Amino acid sequence: MSADNQVSLSRAEAMALLGQMILIRRFEEKCAELYSAQKIRGFLHLYIGEEANAVGVMRALSPDDAVVATYREHGHALARGLPPGEVMAEMYGKAGGSSRGRGGSMHIFDKKHRFYGGNAIVGGGLPLAVGLALADKMQKLNRVTCCFFGEGAAAEGEFHESMNLAALWQLPVLFVCENNGYAMGTGLSRSESETSILQHAKSYRITGQDVDGMDVVAVRAAALSAVGAIRNGEGPRFLENKTYRFRPHSMFDPDLYRQKREIALWKTRGPVLQFSKWAIETQLLSQSDIDGLEEEAARTIDEAVRYAEESPWEPEEDLERDVYTPRKVEETAR
Amino acid sequence: MTARTITYRDAVHEALREALRGDERVFLMGEDVGYYGGAYACSKGLIQEFGEERIRDAPLSESGFVGAGIGAALGGMRPIVEIMTVNFSLLALDQIVNNAATLRHMSGGQLSVPLVIRMATGAGRQLAAQHSHSLECWFAHVPGIKVVAPATIEDARGMLRTALADPDPVIIFEHATLYNEQGELPETDDYAMDIESARISRSGGDITLITYGGSLQKTMAAAEGLAKDGIDCEVIDLRSLRPIDDATIMASLAKTHRAVIVDEGWRSVGLAAEISARISEQAFFDLDGPVARVCSVEVPIPYPRHLETAATPQPDKIAAAAREVLRR
Repeated sequence: MSADNQVSLSRAEAMALLGQMILIRRFEEKCAELYSAQKIRGFLHLYIGEEANAVGVMRALSPDDAVVATYREHGHALARGLPPGEVMAEMYGKAGGSSRGRGGSMHIFDKKHRFYGGNAIVGGGLPLAVGLALADKMQKLNRVTCCFFGEGAAAEGEFHESMNLAALWQLPVLFVCENNGYAMGTGLSRSESETSILQHAKSYRITGQDVDGMDVVAVRAAALSAVGAIRNGEGPRFLENKTYRFRPHSMFDPDLYRQKREIALWKTRGPVLQFSKWAIETQLLSQSDIDGLEEEAARTIDEAVRYAEESPWEPEEDLERDVYTPRKVEETAR
Repeated sequence: MTARTITYRDAVHEALREALRGDERVFLMGEDVGYYGGAYACSKGLIQEFGEERIRDAPLSESGFVGAGIGAALGGMRPIVEIMTVNFSLLALDQIVNNAATLRHMSGGQLSVPLVIRMATGAGRQLAAQHSHSLECWFAHVPGIKVVAPATIEDARGMLRTALADPDPVIIFEHATLYNEQGELPETDDYAMDIESARISRSGGDITLITYGGSLQKTMAAAEGLAKDGIDCEVIDLRSLRPIDDATIMASLAKTHRAVIVDEGWRSVGLAAEISARISEQAFFDLDGPVARVCSVEVPIPYPRHLETAATPQPDKIAAAAREVLRR
């Protein structure tokens, strides 16, 4: 962890960072368990190993900023402050879920938290983020739209179109590339002629930096600086966070394309492990603080599971609800 | 009420201008909508009046700027996105189908996408197979969006306003051969036209000709020709392709008992097939003969005039189909 980043970190902030990372880690472990128990179905993409990215970046955002995420977005949703029970109920497909159970694991939405999904088309969220930022700029609202995506998105046309639009129109977007090295099972060097995603962004004249995505303090510092510049009217910013997922791409993935020793090596740099060790060494936190955070996370997750279990199923009669805005709402809106 | 004669293009232009004047949240975005004035000149002069922010020239990145329109709609704006032609919209299908159409339902009703997309469609200008197709049915297939096809000056002027007031995404298809057409526009304070119902364009008792968009005038011409031989056609302009106004169609069939559907889209798996299926489901016992279809021939639309004409519905083919159904 770099010395520069440690200076401004208060105990309360350290507790918040570690508390959220632990919550996400334990939440995801519980999801894997519930998937085996067939409580959660469909695709399930776990964020384990990448927690520092969502947690560090989200600390730089304020409640009226917007967030656009990917299909691996449970961590982003929790770090953004969505109620864990609603996130869990969404995975169950229950009516009490963030999206009334309509979306599942890949489509968590929460308008109150300006959390715009949950997009399962790689690269599909980038133009949306550009548009949200365009709306803010046109309405002269000093807000930031933060867009998360993986390095796999850089091969999509929508990535390049979005970089161009954001830079051309100097829009207040923070692009956060979570580069975990693999687009599903295809390594970056096997899918990109230019393996620095930051380099792509720079070619559109977007300022950015490489970030150690396993170090929550570094991510937080980079995000604070980028968001500061965006709020200052300096246009879009780009972070390429080098990170790693400890679990396979999804629960269906037999993980045949990675070496066990590679995974083991990255685990030694795990964000929870690394930050906990550093916080204790520097006496910012104690072991009993960390134990307390673990207990709190366990309680929160128990409550979330209870909420999801107790939440009703949406009645079949409501299947066609919300395809279009109901006429009554429409008339009121006018 | 007085009326004035204007072109379809000017009707679209007026509608755009009125929308931009009436609501600060409205802006127009697309390729060459600004200094060029729009590929079909619908936005000529608007950039001078409203500026570059609100008449926003976009780079050639259909997916990017359609997606940006969706995002801007989520963010409180009322974007009008112009796609130069329907064939280019295929580059934006991801955003239209995976985002605009799904976001409301997939978010459990939390989000609305009050976005209007306008695009030119159809053949008739010798622009060959990458600028001439009628792919309205691709979009009309998708729940979550509304699809309209203004075929008249009045609808070109009035549907945009209603589409902009709609909280859900609306796609407006403007047939490329219509822009130069002239017609009467009644002078009124309220130009708004509904975007859900079909219209009886010509009342008649012998047979119902059902069509929309660029085929309306051809169908009307066929009906006039048949009238000379004593065949009295009712012509329905669908106007809205999603939702489809079944009630107007079925009420007409209860009267005429015979139908021909005229659709510039290809015959297979298209809008005409859909209408025909609905008639079978809802008006089977009203029918006195099989439902006929006049559609485009199943080829990519060719460049030479005679082949382009041969590939698409024309008044003589429509009239022949009606005679065959009537056995007259």
